[in-house]
Amino acid sequence: MAGFLDVVILVLMSVTAFSILRSRNLFGVVILSGIFSLLAASFYVLLAAVDVAFTEASVGAGISTLLMLATLAITHQKREKQHINTPIMPIIVVLVTGAALVYGTLDMPLYGDINAPSNQYLIQRFIEQSGAEIGIPNIVTSILASYRGYDTLGETFVIFTAAIGVLTLLGRGRTGNKAEVKQITSLETDEEKE
Amino acid sequence: MKHFSVLRVISKLMIPVILLFALYVQFHGDFGPGGGFQAGVIFASAFILYALIFGVHLARRVIPSSATRILLSFGVILYTAVGIAGIIFGGNFLDYNVLGQNNITGQHIGILLVELGVGITVAATMITVFFVFASQES
Repeated sequence: MAGFLDVVILVLMSVTAFSILRSRNLFGVVILSGIFSLLAASFYVLLAAVDVAFTEASVGAGISTLLMLATLAITHQKREKQHINTPIMPIIVVLVTGAALVYGTLDMPLYGDINAPSNQYLIQRFIEQSGAEIGIPNIVTSILASYRGYDTLGETFVIFTAAIGVLTLLGRGRTGNKAEVKQITSLETDEEKE
Repeated sequence: MKHFSVLRVISKLMIPVILLFALYVQFHGDFGPGGGFQAGVIFASAFILYALIFGVHLARRVIPSSATRILLSFGVILYTAVGIAGIIFGGNFLDYNVLGQNNITGQHIGILLVELGVGITVAATMITVFFVFASQES
């Protein structure tokens, strides 16, 4: 049964991806990529990775869709620009890269393979010891927050830096600067009136 | 979108539930799926929904930009402070074992505070990014 669901979700994902490729309506593309993320999240649930699915559903399907919609509202761009020349070089690059990636997956271990390197060393230690060392039922949380605390600290700093970057590029600064900005814009409109 | 009464009423009903669910995901992350990152995003989505329905101007009165800026740095500082507390109590950086009476209690305290720091920073970041985007004049 799980195999059937896997196939259904993967087929739906490729249908969504091709519709994104075909569509020229940017609003539709944003909504379709949200649907793609939601399907990816359901696929992660089937792979028993609920924490990843949770993140994908909230960030991929939720926040990024919203931010793209906000961007569309600012730019007033409704349709993708038409390409005049046929993109032969990009198609060749994409096909070669895709073939290399498919060739790479041939060497990868099967899903859930007990002999796979990722299921052999640290994972066994985490499963056996984390109950005694951390005492928390969700092993993902104990790995994320305790064993890999440095990584999560780094990730938090990355998110912090992203917010600082957005504020520096788009933020209007503090209230003191706002008055200045208002003054400048009012001056400009006065000039336009003249 | 203030004029659509269905959207207005439903979002008013949903916002407390979303906030409560975010807190559940935050503090239940030790036992079920979830944690600071997901909780932060869900918490921020409640404010974003409010801003979508009632406008960024009113949402800014609920959570002003000075508050989001302070919270933005507070989360990171909280996380780093837990790490430095590990050094002060005689362990390594981000060593939670020394924070409680025994190792397990220390780990519990450490993970709770660290996840709270992640949640606060993520929520403040998402709110900041959306509000800054949405208040751009088109």
